[in-house]
Amino acid sequence: MRTIESSADTVTPDSLPPPSAAVWQHSHVLDLDDFSREEIELVLEIADSMKEVLGREVKRVPTLRGKTVVTLFYEASTRTRASFELAAKNLSADTVSIDASKSSVTKGESLADSLRTIQALGADIIVMRHSQSGAPYLAVHEVNSSIINAGDGWHAHPSQALLDIYTIRSHLGKTQNLKVAIVGDIMHSRVARSNIWGLTSMGAKVVLCGPSTLLPRDMDSFLKICELNGVSIENKIESAVENADVVMLLRLQMERQQSGLLPSLREYIQQYQLTAQRLSLARPKALVMHPGPINEGIEVSPEIAHGAQSVIEEQVANGVAIRMALLYLVAGGKNK
Amino acid sequence: MPERMLMSAEDMQRALLRIAHEIVERNKGAGDLVLVGMQTRGVPIARRLAATIKQLEAVNVPVGSLDISLYRDDLASLSLKPKVHRTDIPVDITDKQIVLVDDVFYTGRSIRAAMDALIDLGRPKSIQLAVLVDRGHRELPIRADYVGKNIPTSRNEEIKVEIKEVDSEDQVVIVSTDKGANHEND
Repeated sequence: MRTIESSADTVTPDSLPPPSAAVWQHSHVLDLDDFSREEIELVLEIADSMKEVLGREVKRVPTLRGKTVVTLFYEASTRTRASFELAAKNLSADTVSIDASKSSVTKGESLADSLRTIQALGADIIVMRHSQSGAPYLAVHEVNSSIINAGDGWHAHPSQALLDIYTIRSHLGKTQNLKVAIVGDIMHSRVARSNIWGLTSMGAKVVLCGPSTLLPRDMDSFLKICELNGVSIENKIESAVENADVVMLLRLQMERQQSGLLPSLREYIQQYQLTAQRLSLARPKALVMHPGPINEGIEVSPEIAHGAQSVIEEQVANGVAIRMALLYLVAGGKNK
Repeated sequence: MPERMLMSAEDMQRALLRIAHEIVERNKGAGDLVLVGMQTRGVPIARRLAATIKQLEAVNVPVGSLDISLYRDDLASLSLKPKVHRTDIPVDITDKQIVLVDDVFYTGRSIRAAMDALIDLGRPKSIQLAVLVDRGHRELPIRADYVGKNIPTSRNEEIKVEIKEVDSEDQVVIVSTDKGANHEND
């Protein structure tokens, strides 16, 4: 074993595993737009090793003993929060979860004050979800703890995109040149945004599909980003799904939209629900994915959601391994 | 940096042949043995030992690989995290005679981590340690059961084990570093 002296110019002896230092550049995980392909590969590789830990009878390693991971959620969540907490516990970290709806926030405490309080309690890593896009970027300036974005508004959900990429790769063996159709409420979806960054960095061809009213309204800049990354946009699900290797469905986020974006739910179902017939246009073994929670019978028919091509439950299981990898990589790094 | 060869390919081969004999002798055969190589260079060394034992005893000894990154005692102070390699042990280790295999034995800290990692996977009957090079400077009360070569070193020196499967060549060299950097690679 070795102790790293201080800087990167220390010569690495050949007989040591290469440190991830050269590749990994983050003390926070905010979005995938500043992740290199090599960094994503590193996360996937470490997640693979974490998956081995999850397959053991005793799913616990001492890696983050003595570290404190705080989950601070200003928005409802089941799987992301449970997934991060389990990931932290599997690595032997102490976990504290703060549900903002039951905390001092209801007494009027600001986000910055809450963050500073949590830091003063000794948080090494803060996993946060907030309804305002950009909230974790503010957090980085308020505290020294590492921040992991577990979803901010419509903006980003990097750990979800990473687990999606991991799931795709473990089934199809690669991501290069795969056609990934993301169908549904693109406008309100942070999952779609982070996946656009992540999947295009990994060489996949992303096709976005949804009614025009549910594509981002700020069309000019959005189209420019899409064009730069080779992302195409389809209004018809049939063309989006045709020959796709992966069909990723998104939930209609009723809580974020005012009325008027959809003529009617029935019309949306008719035009955009992934049915067996529509899925048959995709490649024979195309994967059906969904970040959850699912509105069965709206964006996807029940027999497809639970069918042979669905990897939705596996996405959830892989989420724990991905989040263990992220916690491992950001923990302790006081170099920035 | 001046380099000096300590073991040639032939020296390494002879040392491993002797270790294989010693393992079989000590364990009275190879029936319950499992060889566990420590990532990364311990793994090919363990495979070679298993191949030699097969020639001696006509027994296929299972070979696993173990990564200790998640068990290191210095993670909190490392700003640069080591890559986590796969741990893959093909059999249940409970009640087996485990021989841990590593290239260089130094402070003993990675062996301590490896023992913790193994015990998380089951309850072996015994854990033994085989190393190609013992360079001294132990920081923990741990010793090796099988040693290819004892090489007294100073902490300023670095032992480089090269294995054909990883480095395209078999040899052990000693490198003096003037910086006195604390390159532990036991």
